[in-house]
Amino acid sequence: MAQQQIKQTILAMNGDEAIAYAVKQCDVDVVAAYPITPQTIIVEKFSEYVANGEVQTQYVCTESEHSAITACIAAGATGARTFTASASAGLALMHEMLFVTSGARVPVVLAVANRALSAPLNIHGDHSDSMAERDSGWLHIYAENAQEAYDSIIQAFKIAEDVDVSLPIFIGVDGFTISHTLERVDTLPEDVVRRFIGTRSFPMVLTHEGKTVPFKLDPANPMTMGPNALQNFYYEFKRQQEEGMRNAYKKIQEVNSEYAKLSGRSYGNGLIDPYKLDDAEIAIIVIGSTAGTLKVIVDQLRTEGIKAGILRIRTFRPFPVDEIKNALRNLKAVAVMDKSMSPGGLGAAVFSEVRNALYDAAHRPIIVSYIFGLGGRDSSPNDLRRIYDDLARIAKSGQAEKTVTYFGLRE
Amino acid sequence: MSKEKTWKEVSIAAIASKSSVGFLTGDWKTYMPKHDTEKCTNCLVCAMLCPEGAIHFRPEHNKVEFNDNFCKGCGICANECPVKAIVMKMPEEEK
Repeated sequence: MAQQQIKQTILAMNGDEAIAYAVKQCDVDVVAAYPITPQTIIVEKFSEYVANGEVQTQYVCTESEHSAITACIAAGATGARTFTASASAGLALMHEMLFVTSGARVPVVLAVANRALSAPLNIHGDHSDSMAERDSGWLHIYAENAQEAYDSIIQAFKIAEDVDVSLPIFIGVDGFTISHTLERVDTLPEDVVRRFIGTRSFPMVLTHEGKTVPFKLDPANPMTMGPNALQNFYYEFKRQQEEGMRNAYKKIQEVNSEYAKLSGRSYGNGLIDPYKLDDAEIAIIVIGSTAGTLKVIVDQLRTEGIKAGILRIRTFRPFPVDEIKNALRNLKAVAVMDKSMSPGGLGAAVFSEVRNALYDAAHRPIIVSYIFGLGGRDSSPNDLRRIYDDLARIAKSGQAEKTVTYFGLRE
Repeated sequence: MSKEKTWKEVSIAAIASKSSVGFLTGDWKTYMPKHDTEKCTNCLVCAMLCPEGAIHFRPEHNKVEFNDNFCKGCGICANECPVKAIVMKMPEEEK
């Protein structure tokens, strides 16, 4: 109870600044980064903290994103707390090393200001960049607003650095919609944040010298990191990564409730964040800032007696299969909105996952896919309301005319 | 395979729990150095240039020895030998 008395400071920050401010409070040892729109403000702001002597962080200006993530892996392997940020082409350039980060079990925290990928060249927000890294072995959490971006960065270090997780984590914010939009952000005192995260602890490993020591590069206890593991062992290490994901499934929920006690803020159970879903007949499933806009529409629909709801997926990896199955058990029709495409596939990333999760559920609503917002195309509340109108028709007739809709496209 | 460690037993992130001395890195080569002790002057150019450290001088025998377990068959020794005392051959050619 006493913890709820913690005095928080209200600041006006955009999503990028909120992330930089959170990183500042998290006592990060190494930040290695390369600027790219719309992530630039994060590293710009953080380099100011470094220049002003407000942080003890070693800031490494690298010549590319590939080098930035590589520096983070190396620093993280020594036991340092590490952070980087990127977007779009920058994240794509990191691609190779993202698999190394998760395979080497280095808990790097990476903020992604989600942006479209070329071509054609586009700097605006969609989820193509991080969805393309779905299978890189990173945890994925997507924030709805600047406040959640701030809170999620703090939580991210605690989740990723947990000895049973030991995996890197993406914190996604919608490019411009969150990254560049000024919002009110309640911030915790720095000492409270640092106590909450604590210092890094390490799994114990048996080295070639026969010693059992903490898993970090240390001249006193040498170990071979990053060796090859061929047909005889590679598979076993990949299965271990999956276990890290399963442990994260629990850890994300624990950290969400622990953080709620500290700050008074929580995001569903940490994995999914439902809104007016309990008695809903129709619902939209979405990731990121669009959930905020949808809340306005759902409130409006509720006054008209329409039982509409929202299921925001906050954690995309590990994918909350059981939670989603349970949350959708009483629904009639569901639209899954994807801010990315899988050309040639049926719907896109989130839709495929949701439908897959529901396949062996006792009750399955009709599930349709809405591709939207590509290259930052805006979806106004009035536009989005049309999806609920579609769902109401589908629920009434018991069938969907089409599975995939390109929403907001000139046809 | 069944005697090897399971995914629950292997250490995190493939940290090596054994020394690599037991891992014979030279077991897949195509060519092997064939050393002519008559021509060899023990100058040790080959030993200094061997990228694998697989060539050693044995004072007790007063001659150079090739460690077949770690030699990868690259042929640098044969190429650099000033008196052409080393030739690279496939194992079946040796006979």
